[in-house]
Amino acid sequence: MRILNLVSILLFLAPCVTRGQSFTVYERFEDLETRIREASSNSTLIINFWATWCGPCVEELPSFEQLNKNFGGPNLKVWLVSLDFKSRLEKQFVPFLEKQQLKSEVILLADMDADAWIPRIDPNWEGALPATLIVRNGQRELFPTAFENYQELESFVLSFLKNLKKVAGMSTNGGSR
Amino acid sequence: MKRPVITLAFIAGALLLFNAAHFPEPSTYVVGDRAEDFSLRNVDGRMVSLADYPDAKGFIIVFTCNHCPYAQLYEQRIIDLHRRYNAKGFPVIAINPNDPSIVPDDSFAEMKRVAQQNHYPFVYLFDSTQTVFPKFGASRTPHVFVLDKSLVVRYIGAIDDNPETPGAARQKYVENAVNAMLRGERPDPDYTRAIGCTIKKKKIK
Repeated sequence: MRILNLVSILLFLAPCVTRGQSFTVYERFEDLETRIREASSNSTLIINFWATWCGPCVEELPSFEQLNKNFGGPNLKVWLVSLDFKSRLEKQFVPFLEKQQLKSEVILLADMDADAWIPRIDPNWEGALPATLIVRNGQRELFPTAFENYQELESFVLSFLKNLKKVAGMSTNGGSR
Repeated sequence: MKRPVITLAFIAGALLLFNAAHFPEPSTYVVGDRAEDFSLRNVDGRMVSLADYPDAKGFIIVFTCNHCPYAQLYEQRIIDLHRRYNAKGFPVIAINPNDPSIVPDDSFAEMKRVAQQNHYPFVYLFDSTQTVFPKFGASRTPHVFVLDKSLVVRYIGAIDDNPETPGAARQKYVENAVNAMLRGERPDPDYTRAIGCTIKKKKIK
């Protein structure tokens, strides 16, 4: 039984590794949600929802790679959460990753109950791809479409961080005014 | 003497322009709202309105397109919905909302070709001015709005809960909604979310 569990853990939870490109598969949204909560408590998370079959998503992937290159580290993480079908993992998803050699963390969300998890990302998101969520310490903002270019993505991130500081400043200086 | 009139006209014009620029986006339909009828060109060349269906008990309006892989996965299910429910008074009205200058596959010529090739039994309309989908608040393809005979929106959302494998769907949302309406009941759920392709809007230069 333990061996069976170990095998299933290796199969489904451990990062899948393709040539130079690893990714994690989440069968249940709850597991991804827990990781989002943990990771965003001490760093800024930029989560791009995409799929290999989505043209505008693939077009904007280089912007996220650029963001990761410029700002990625302990304080800012870029996750590329794909909604590709798990049944096309071998045929479509893995070959795509091998070709792209993405440096940002890649995740495959295989929870089919989209009506249940989409509003937990953002109550106003209806599920159109691509969409990008930025989250830090419980504060979050959704960008519900593709970015025009890298500059627009960077401005979105910087203005979110600027507003965060404002809120933090208000709470510490609130008494002096 | 003429000058004050001209100045006034100028101010009025400027105010109009200002208002147009700052006018809030028209609010989109929620369940319970009455939809406005439209007139859009079908792939056979004629203009189609909901008023052209005086005997309909309601409408299954599907914003869909040629290019989106999710819409393609649902294509047969949209055909089946029409085959099953048109006879019961609920025809499918398919509308392509995409701007073909962004997605050439969604041009009117391509719509005609796809409709012919796949024997669409329903009308396939082109929202060429992109004025109908924003009123509905359609945000993705496919995105379904079920209306009753007086054009009141009764269901908004997905066709079912399994895009990839129709046979494995646990919830057939649109079928359940129309069946409920045929029984004289309200759909439950009346709003669902699903993954899909963004609607491609013309870029404002």
